[in-house]
Amino acid sequence: MDNLDITISEKLLDGQPLSPMDKVLLARHIERPKISDYVDALFTDFFEQKGDLHGKEDGSVFGGIAMFHGIPVTIIGHRKGNNLEENLAYNFGMPGPEGYRKALRLMQQAEKFGRPIITFIDTPGAYPGIEAEQFGQSQAIATNLAKMSGLKVPVIAVVTGEGNSGGALAIGVANRVYMLENSVYSILSPEGFSSILWGDSGKKEQACEVMRLTADDLMEFGVIDGIIKEPKGGAHRKPCQVFAALDEVLYRDIKHLKGKTGNELARSRYQKFRKIDEKYMEGADE
Amino acid sequence: MNELIEKRKGKFISYKKLRDQARKEQRLDTEEQVRKEAPEELFVECPGCKENFSRSQIRKNLYICPGCGHHYAMPPEKRIKSIVDEGTFKVFNFDFPELDPLHFEGYREKKEAIYEKNHYREAVLTGVGEVDGRKVVIAVMNSKFLMGSMGIEVGETITRSIEIADRYHLPLLIFTASGGARMQEGILSLMQMAKTSAAMERFQQKGGLYIACLTHPTTGGVSASFAGLGDITLAEPNALIGFAGPRVIEQTIGQKLPEGFQRAEYLEAHGFVDQVVPRGEWRRTISKILKLHDA
Repeated sequence: MDNLDITISEKLLDGQPLSPMDKVLLARHIERPKISDYVDALFTDFFEQKGDLHGKEDGSVFGGIAMFHGIPVTIIGHRKGNNLEENLAYNFGMPGPEGYRKALRLMQQAEKFGRPIITFIDTPGAYPGIEAEQFGQSQAIATNLAKMSGLKVPVIAVVTGEGNSGGALAIGVANRVYMLENSVYSILSPEGFSSILWGDSGKKEQACEVMRLTADDLMEFGVIDGIIKEPKGGAHRKPCQVFAALDEVLYRDIKHLKGKTGNELARSRYQKFRKIDEKYMEGADE
Repeated sequence: MNELIEKRKGKFISYKKLRDQARKEQRLDTEEQVRKEAPEELFVECPGCKENFSRSQIRKNLYICPGCGHHYAMPPEKRIKSIVDEGTFKVFNFDFPELDPLHFEGYREKKEAIYEKNHYREAVLTGVGEVDGRKVVIAVMNSKFLMGSMGIEVGETITRSIEIADRYHLPLLIFTASGGARMQEGILSLMQMAKTSAAMERFQQKGGLYIACLTHPTTGGVSASFAGLGDITLAEPNALIGFAGPRVIEQTIGQKLPEGFQRAEYLEAHGFVDQVVPRGEWRRTISKILKLHDA
């Protein structure tokens, strides 16, 4: 891991193209800006909201209300933490059902008060544990997917690090979906992918090559709406540049989406996902 | 093909001979002996009770072990036959192009090989039929096709079935059996979770009735999308139902999982399934639920 890290750094400074595996490592980099950095840099008056109102609080999902250019917004994102202690406290950004229920509670409250929702995706996936299963991990994710699709306020999602599996998508059903240049978004972690297909989680490098998980790939598939440029060397080298670029995109979108009615927003979000693979259906006779 | 039939016939005849011989000799242990000597494929050892039963015996018993009640996987067309009124089922024929968005090595060949072997084109079969005279849209997933995994075609087929139920105000039954989203179609498989869930939400918000029928196995991206959204949720005995697979959980937490974990009965006990229903009771149960929702 460390060795690969050094190789990436050299590649980055030389301006050489990065392999998908390099991007996975960069997306997971401990110094990469995390949700708390984005909240500090882009918003003011942040008020954190905890709890799922069903008896649990999950620190791996971070959320609350804040001001964005004078507009109150709801912010929700995966929280990995910025050091080992925080990583452990927030379960490395792997939510249980309580995390997804908290996210849904905040989203429904945002809808009630007409606040746009901005989500930050950065997770290895939903947590695979006994309690998570016992308390309905599947149902929590499924409910979020269903309910998010019908929200009557603007929803914008940004993949800032790694977005893996249903655990990422559960806060990603948005009107606009963006990815940072070096972030990755995929059906499963490369380790899980190689384990399922080849029975060996060690073939992650090979998995990265075939999975098509980079921002450029997703843009080509038509799954995302845009890519946020990162400075040379990656987002952690000059975070301010990323914050500025993101601020511009978010402000433009929120201004535009706020002009639409709730029904229009829900309908266009529905259509976006209904037709997300439309181009692959071409050639079929109805 | 004919050669295969001849071969099977040959095996069957030799088995019959053995059995007749055994009957003549009237020895108690001979049936056992016959089972051992008979061609392997005519008998299967039940993973539940370890007893041997003939395939035809199991088939006639709704693919349930006559000894212990173990539920074997049931082919989709047999499942439909066991639920709907005779002769009422009509298949939806949606036409799809060859889907291989990642150009994944060996993927097309794998699908073709399954088609050659048992004529399944995809991991789901959908259509409309009647249960005691009540019209319903039915989708049945097939765990024998790439683990019942959901790629674009499965997701789109499920979505269109939901839309048909919506358009004609019909109740919807989905028999799930899936390992989750299909790896070979990458991120587009993941997006099927959002697509199917969104369509289901629309249908349910307009008053549509969706009965989720969870069969073995229902995990990953299918359990965390439309399988997890039933107005009524039924499950087959001992079906594995969960988000993460047991192996992944064991590896993550580094300990053995408790007996019965993620099984249908466990989900019932933890509040995520209305009822665990043995296969023989499905038709009656579904008919009753439909009756209770008559407008």
